[in-house]
Amino acid sequence: MNSYLRSQKRVVLRNCGQIDPNSIEEYISSGGYRALKRALLEMEPAAVVQTVKDSGLRGRGGAGFPTGLKWEFAAKAEGDPKFVICNADEGEPGTFKDRLILEGDPHCVIEGMVIAAYAVGASKGYLYIRGEYGQSYETITNALKQARSAGFLGNDIAGSGFGFDIVVRSGAGAYVCGEETALMESIEGKRGESRVKPPYPTDKGLWGYPTVINNVETLANIPPIIENGADWFRQIGTPTSPGTKVFTLTGDVMNRGLVEVPMGTTLRTLVFDVGGGIPRGRKFKMAQTGGSSGGCLPASLLDIPLDFDSLREVDSSLGSGALLIVDDSHCIVDVVKSFMHFFEHESCGKCTPCREGTYRLARLVEKIEDEEATLADLDVLSRLCRVMERSCLCGLGQAAPKPVLTTLKYFKEEYLVHLRDQAASKGA
Amino acid sequence: MNACSTAPTLSTETDKQIDRVIEEYKDEPSPLLEILNEVQHIFGYLSDDMLIAISEKLSIPTSQVYGVATFYSLLSTRPKGKHIIRVCESAPCHVMGSESVLRAVKDELGIDLGETTPDGLFTLESTSCLGICSVGPAMMVNDRVFGNLTREKVRLILRRYAKDKEASVS
Ligand SMILES: Cc1cc2nc3c(=O)[nH]c(=O)nc-3n(C[C@H](O)[C@H](O)[C@H](O)COP(=O)(O)O)c2cc1C
Ligand code: SF4
Ligand code: FES
Repeated sequence: MNSYLRSQKRVVLRNCGQIDPNSIEEYISSGGYRALKRALLEMEPAAVVQTVKDSGLRGRGGAGFPTGLKWEFAAKAEGDPKFVICNADEGEPGTFKDRLILEGDPHCVIEGMVIAAYAVGASKGYLYIRGEYGQSYETITNALKQARSAGFLGNDIAGSGFGFDIVVRSGAGAYVCGEETALMESIEGKRGESRVKPPYPTDKGLWGYPTVINNVETLANIPPIIENGADWFRQIGTPTSPGTKVFTLTGDVMNRGLVEVPMGTTLRTLVFDVGGGIPRGRKFKMAQTGGSSGGCLPASLLDIPLDFDSLREVDSSLGSGALLIVDDSHCIVDVVKSFMHFFEHESCGKCTPCREGTYRLARLVEKIEDEEATLADLDVLSRLCRVMERSCLCGLGQAAPKPVLTTLKYFKEEYLVHLRDQAASKGA
Repeated sequence: MNACSTAPTLSTETDKQIDRVIEEYKDEPSPLLEILNEVQHIFGYLSDDMLIAISEKLSIPTSQVYGVATFYSLLSTRPKGKHIIRVCESAPCHVMGSESVLRAVKDELGIDLGETTPDGLFTLESTSCLGICSVGPAMMVNDRVFGNLTREKVRLILRRYAKDKEASVS
């Protein structure tokens, strides 16, 4: 077996490419909907919550919150009805795992949603999918129809007496709508602006009712966990980040694309074994983990294990599992500028530190790139970052400074050579 | 949008089509975004009159309908060209050379970002990640995505769309 295949372990992607996504029969004959039947017919809702808690599964949408705990909060919350939302808004640059899961194995996401609904007592589900994902929309709509006729959605699912159905909602091009409360605003027909938390969605979510919101990949992990048990799941990955993670490799790497490996696999393994290394004889310069708001790591950190806690220790994050590899032909300031343009464009504008801050960050980085900045500007840059981290209302503004701060930490010299005096003395 | 909104001057046919879309979502609570998505899908954009009509039919303030219509980048309150080109500008595509792709599109069409060609055939926009970064640099033309773009490939794609003024390219 070559190293590309050897490092991989397929839990979430077990069916992708193996079965016809448009055939519920193929899903069922590969073991699909068995976990649903087991949960609904043989387990109490509290036992389902307990199993997910015991598995140690943490949310794959970015924040890494323990899924079982989230379900327990929603199950205990007062309110009727309750909702389950599948977050398929996937707008994080460099991430396309949810699209490929939805297009490759839509039924496993539906199955995960029904089990979640049963566990927390929800009667209706929403699957919010990005507006640009036309193919995913079609595949999932078709799968929902099939699941309904097969009795896995609707009243009295699989003869259990439990009823639940799912509506698909389409976004309209706004990255911030991936943030859970902004997404709920959007389903409610409003501008997708994040809400102040608390209250948390498990208490007051969609239309003010208790709501569980989970990422596509999180939900795709549920059927195998119910089927094989929490202990099985805990054998994969690390003690605090059990299971696998789907990563998307992009940028300057030989094998760009989707891979699933155990949590805790090192960055080096992903870039050089699974990813096949850097093309055109170039050298590795940096990797950004977790998407546009992730930290930028230098070669000296290649041996870092990719899991929630290890990455937090180096001021980065696992995020959505995006890995952007950048080789030594690129200027760090230029790459950072691209991140900052993204945040400037996607800030929802509700709170001042982010609306103004993302604009200022972009201008400052442009000023540096144009060799017009001084050391004092660098100081303003890092102070602005600190202010935004502390005062922005939602994760977008809070995390936007992360690529700036980590590059200032690990690649400071690249900023310095752009400063006015240094650039001038270089030219002289 | 005008400060004082006048009575909608929609054709009966347009009005009927909007009614039909609204009817489709009558069982859904607060389906405004879905309705806007669909009306735009039919007409290509959301005119002031359409927004006013939707606000009256749903009994939602026009300001709120307008606020939603202008928040989302896939919704447009202005008419656009027949083919909408969205070049991805996010970092993974940027690293793979999206700047030269954008330049190639601009050169070929002779327009800047946000503009429409005089013949009304193309509108050029930039977009955040399209979720096909493994084949970046990437762009979308209408509902279709194109990857591994080079200047040459961009030229070929655009010329194919330009030739096909009537039938849509599939
Ligand atoms: C700006 C921003 C964008 C986000 N985008 C997404 C997204 O596209 N998909 C997603 O699942 N979570 C996204 N999240 C995280 C969600 O807010 C939320 O934590 C997640 O959907 C919870 O599901 P999980 O616990 O299964 O991860 C985003 C968060 C922020 C702050
Ligand atoms: S941090 Fe940014 S995206 Fe979040 S609420 Fe404030 S302005 Fe909106
Ligand atoms: S970054 Fe361009 S498609 Fe993802």
